[in-house]
Amino acid sequence: MKYLCLIYENEQSRAHIPKAEMDAMMGEYYAYTEGVKKSGHYLGGEALQPVATASTVRVRNGKLSTTDGPFAETKEQLGGFYLIEAKDLNEAIQVGSRIPGAKYGSIEVRPVLDLSQAYAGH
Amino acid sequence: MSEHAAPDARSTVDAVYRSDSRRVLATLIRLLGDFDLAEEALHDAFVAALEQWPQGGVPANPRAWLVSTGRFKAIDEIRRRARFDASLAHVAEQLSATTAEIELTDPDGVSDDRLRLIFTCCHPALTRDAQIALTLREVCALTTEQIASAFLTGAPTVAQRIVRAKAKIRDARIPYQLPTRAELIDRTDSVLSVIYLVFNEGYSASSGATLTRHDLSGEAIRLGRLLQELLPEAEVTGLLALMLLHESRRAARTSPEGELVLLGDQDRSRWDRALIAEGLTLVARALAMRRFGPYALQAAIAAVHAGAATPDATDWAQIVGLYDVLLRADPSPVVELNRAAAVAMRDGPAAGLQLIDAILARGDLADYHHAHSARADLCRRLGQGSEARRSYERALGLVQQEPERRFLKARLRELN
Repeated sequence: MKYLCLIYENEQSRAHIPKAEMDAMMGEYYAYTEGVKKSGHYLGGEALQPVATASTVRVRNGKLSTTDGPFAETKEQLGGFYLIEAKDLNEAIQVGSRIPGAKYGSIEVRPVLDLSQAYAGH
Repeated sequence: MSEHAAPDARSTVDAVYRSDSRRVLATLIRLLGDFDLAEEALHDAFVAALEQWPQGGVPANPRAWLVSTGRFKAIDEIRRRARFDASLAHVAEQLSATTAEIELTDPDGVSDDRLRLIFTCCHPALTRDAQIALTLREVCALTTEQIASAFLTGAPTVAQRIVRAKAKIRDARIPYQLPTRAELIDRTDSVLSVIYLVFNEGYSASSGATLTRHDLSGEAIRLGRLLQELLPEAEVTGLLALMLLHESRRAARTSPEGELVLLGDQDRSRWDRALIAEGLTLVARALAMRRFGPYALQAAIAAVHAGAATPDATDWAQIVGLYDVLLRADPSPVVELNRAAAVAMRDGPAAGLQLIDAILARGDLADYHHAHSARADLCRRLGQGSEARRSYERALGLVQQEPERRFLKARLRELN
């Protein structure tokens, strides 16, 4: 089963992290990614630019509206994600809890909806 | 269906239902991988028992018979549904292909599926309310209505919590399995909190007219015994000891008029000696194990009280020492408050008052009525009438439970 691990962190406090610490964190992420690739859990993952670069897009009555900023203002912001394969939630939680960001922010672990199963027979 | 059942076979079915239905359910959930399907299968299996046991006799192993019958009924049911929903066909195939031999003992080598059921119901990915409702429903077999009335909420609310929890178990794929060694401590904590919350809800109901709701405490102790039997770890043993020692004072805790009686004023001849003896044995066992924690320590404190024939004989120095260890293991303002009360008994009310004032000055426990009533009591003993009155009034403004309210009012009247 696929799970999406969404990495939420406070961008403000991240901006104040000294370079040496930031380098260490990047090293941890690199090691983590290599680890989940080797263990077969890794399906994909990316880091995101800060929410200041985000735009929110909506189409209403055929009309496009674009606004500056993220969809929701939150204390912690979505900073990246991993898409993983795990046999159940316990395994997904184990894999998600090892993401370096879990020590600074929060990881939301969401099961991916299997459309072929959900709509079978419809 | 069972009108012609021989009375003895029928009462056997009843007895087996009472003693074994939860174990059969727990095994069926493992075999079928679905709570609702397993509950239906359990029901069908007992219907079949009522039909067949009076004629064919009671099987040698009733539990194995029920599991096997329930499993076949469930496979039939899925095959029937598969005629309308093709996606279910492979589920039925898979289920009937998996070993025709029913494993009553599970693959992890743990003898009981109920442990797996408890850990699944108390999974930390479920809300605390859902954990409690699901545990009482699935492990203790309480009805939704019973759970609702015990927690003073509506039955639809409880039903919704259970439905949502089951949906999350299914959709997020919470596995029906025991935690690994690495997860065991955290996961056991979650189970212990659920059991202790259920116990406390029964022991000192957080609101409402009656002081105790005995049934809930009884269920919590039953769960605690079951867990201790299956997983005899230090904290599991400690929690059971703690509940038994509290429970031993139940009769002495309320006056015949339903009024609250504090520990120091209780008629100790009314304490249940059998529960105390069992509790003391378990405390000793828990403390002898490494890795004991807050539950075992609280049980040890309760044990010191239980060992004192009169309030004056209480070994307060030992109790303060145990609170010191407890504060290191589990720092919390409530533990600090209890320690302060013990210090007041050891060194006099002024020493205790100083500590309580320090806690309140930090802003901790400002909304906790016990903090204010404890402060009021110490002021009263120091002859500071107006300070005592002020604190009793603060406590009265915060208390939610009727007998405690009457208790505080009575104390306030004594001061005037």
